[in-house]
Amino acid sequence: MKQPDSVKDIAKNPGQPLARIDPLEQIPLPPPFDKLDQEPPYAQLTDEAREKYVVLDDTIAVNIPKPQSKEEEDRLVNGFLAGLERCMSTEDNWAFLQPFEMSMEHCAHCQTCSDACPIYEESGENELYRPIYRSEILRRIYFKYVKKESTKVHGDIDLNWEVVARLIELSYRCNVCRRCAQTCPIGVDNALLSREIRKIASMEMGIVPKELHTDGSVLQLEVGSSTGMTPMIVKDNIEFIDEDTAERTGIEIETPWDVEGADILLIHNAGEIMAWPENPGAFATVFEAAGLSWTMSSEAVAYDGINYGVWYDDVQFARVAVKHAAAAKKLGVKKIVLGECGHAHKALTVIADKILTGDLNIPRESSMVTLRDIIRSGKLKLDPSRNDFPVTLHDPCNLVRLMGIVTPQREIIDAVVPKGRFREMAPHGVDNYCCGGGSGFAIMSGHNFQDWRHHMTGRKKFRQILEAFQDEPMDIEHPKYLCAPCSNCKGQIRDIISYYDAWEKAGIYYGGLVELIVNAMVDAEPGFIDWEWH
Amino acid sequence: MTTIVYVIAYLGIVFFLIAVAARFVFWSKMPMHLRWELYPVAHEGGGRAAYGGSYLEESDWWKKKREVSLLGELKVMVPEILFLVALREHNRKLWTWSFPFHFGLYLVAATTILLLVGAVAGALLPANAAAPINTVIGFVAPWLGGAGLVLGIVGALGLFARRRGRALRDYTAPADLFNLAFFIAAFGVALVTFVGYDRDFSLVSAFVANLVTFNLAPVATGGAAALLLLLSVVLLSLLTAYIPTTHMSHFVGKYFAYHSIRWKDDPNLRGGKEEKVIEELLSRPISWSAPHIGGDGKKTWLDAATEEPEVENK
Repeated sequence: MKQPDSVKDIAKNPGQPLARIDPLEQIPLPPPFDKLDQEPPYAQLTDEAREKYVVLDDTIAVNIPKPQSKEEEDRLVNGFLAGLERCMSTEDNWAFLQPFEMSMEHCAHCQTCSDACPIYEESGENELYRPIYRSEILRRIYFKYVKKESTKVHGDIDLNWEVVARLIELSYRCNVCRRCAQTCPIGVDNALLSREIRKIASMEMGIVPKELHTDGSVLQLEVGSSTGMTPMIVKDNIEFIDEDTAERTGIEIETPWDVEGADILLIHNAGEIMAWPENPGAFATVFEAAGLSWTMSSEAVAYDGINYGVWYDDVQFARVAVKHAAAAKKLGVKKIVLGECGHAHKALTVIADKILTGDLNIPRESSMVTLRDIIRSGKLKLDPSRNDFPVTLHDPCNLVRLMGIVTPQREIIDAVVPKGRFREMAPHGVDNYCCGGGSGFAIMSGHNFQDWRHHMTGRKKFRQILEAFQDEPMDIEHPKYLCAPCSNCKGQIRDIISYYDAWEKAGIYYGGLVELIVNAMVDAEPGFIDWEWH
Repeated sequence: MTTIVYVIAYLGIVFFLIAVAARFVFWSKMPMHLRWELYPVAHEGGGRAAYGGSYLEESDWWKKKREVSLLGELKVMVPEILFLVALREHNRKLWTWSFPFHFGLYLVAATTILLLVGAVAGALLPANAAAPINTVIGFVAPWLGGAGLVLGIVGALGLFARRRGRALRDYTAPADLFNLAFFIAAFGVALVTFVGYDRDFSLVSAFVANLVTFNLAPVATGGAAALLLLLSVVLLSLLTAYIPTTHMSHFVGKYFAYHSIRWKDDPNLRGGKEEKVIEELLSRPISWSAPHIGGDGKKTWLDAATEEPEVENK
């Protein structure tokens, strides 16, 4: 296993990877995937990619072209330093100044965070992926080159374009799950520093993975959704979903659009509409059966709850959050309910909380809570025996560790799954592990990044999933349901299940939470969960 | 010579107090930031803190009175401060040394406070009232102080050794080693003074009493005892002044890390007092210069957040 010996190595060996992971040296997964030499092939970076873009390790996320002149090199260094200064400004970074400065000033380098990081663990404790490796580079650059303080106090580091480019790449080797921050005895937040590096790159230098920016938040703001769906297309798609869902359940539904004065504006992650249509269909079925006053909005942006800015850019984040709130204001709804999307939950409920004022300050609620209340109300007739299969629950970081929404989803499962069929992962709740797709990774797949995340970021979660079902026969004849109430998490989980062929080989299927409810509804035809892999 | 030592002691204390106060002011003057809490949040009521739940688990939470438990905070904070519970849970090897180091520090600080109380009592109260107080302090202080010095030195030595180990060496600046060495030296000299010449703390008690009454007279008449006492006072005073100028002031930062960030879950309710603060923050100019922002120092955050996007090159 190749790894850096020192923080200073970030400036050394130009053009060469600082770390390499040998899949044959990784910790074996639980059965039936416990043979390292039988793991799926791990695609390698092409020589062309290594030639063209800055190289950090086995993969490339950001695609930073190698500078072709001294001016381009200087632009990278100076742009980064300028952005770093802005991070310490009460004008440019009031939004995160205190958390940022706290994490810059007070790290004791005790390494407590390292053991909490699933990427570091699954990398075989490769130094490059140690949570404070990138933080320490950032700190040393800041104290030496911005504050001009002694390297005897803060440590030394060289600075050149490759350091900057590698550090930006390295900020995209962190899921920003904040598990490390949870264990820090002082309160330092390495995940926040990853995000601040991303912010400097995006907000000052215009450097961002295209999946997040050009194909993400920019497309959402321009067209209405990062999926490319315009208002007309999304309404067509939902109409189709309503029809398809009604065919499957025998319950007629018609998703209400743009109902002024409705109680609830429901905002899905539009990825659900494209990739998991059964999820918005199930929501409509449950909401209609419960007699809720609800609507969706066909206003551009407002039918897609995603907000990728939460991972890399405060301005893009604010733009999308304002659009979401403005649509709710226009309809005059009483509250916004977020569908099964963790980052949309956190973005609009928590992070945007200190942005939205006046008539844009419309209350936001988790669909976990809304669904839990529907279950409690007794308006749905439920037969848990329809979900008579092993079920485990993946906790999206944004819902649990970052919002404290832990019990509603469990109360729902308790009501719709027979006793003894549900098992928790270990650990779970606020101590959970990220799915591996956090902070945008689930939608990033350039070069061999997808394989990298299967081996590095998603491996711990996959290990947990397998461990949760170890008491069951691991084959397709015994289907098991992994409930993941988050669109991005589902994307990552779908990818890793496909990578390991875990449906065929272990019978592991995945889906959302609301699907389990509809599957248990007595008034619906049985078999809403169809166990058809797609 | 003795007078200079008294002056150093006064300056050390005053500098410490001013520097710590400045740190408090620094962190408390920071602008309101976006919410970035991390669960569990200790003050969550209704039994939710135990599993990391929040008021966001409630439907229509904005209509309900929040259950905030100060007791819940104290139940986490007090053990955390005294016993470094988070470190014990997540990094037992480091806790083995960090706990005695910090607890030793607390004991030395507590001893100093006791001596100050005794000195103030001796100065302000009638002799028959002050005597029992000082009798108790005279009995307790040597034990507390001695234990504190031993624990502090043992902990600092352990931490020093860990800093030289493979895992931490690369993340250790010369200042980190100096800081620990400074503690070892200051506590070491104080321990030698205590063991060798001041087992009953009579010398140090007299020094503190003089300090309180501004009587800058020597408390020992020459010899090693006087020299070591003065050296102890100088080193401890310099250390006291030095701590808040370094990242060892994390005891201040940690308070804000928890109360202003990790546990800062106050919602911004419509029409509430925070809205005006937010509006001021959104009116601040933005200078981020990436093309999709185009901050020019005149455009405000509100402008940037509400402008219609220009179509970018893809």
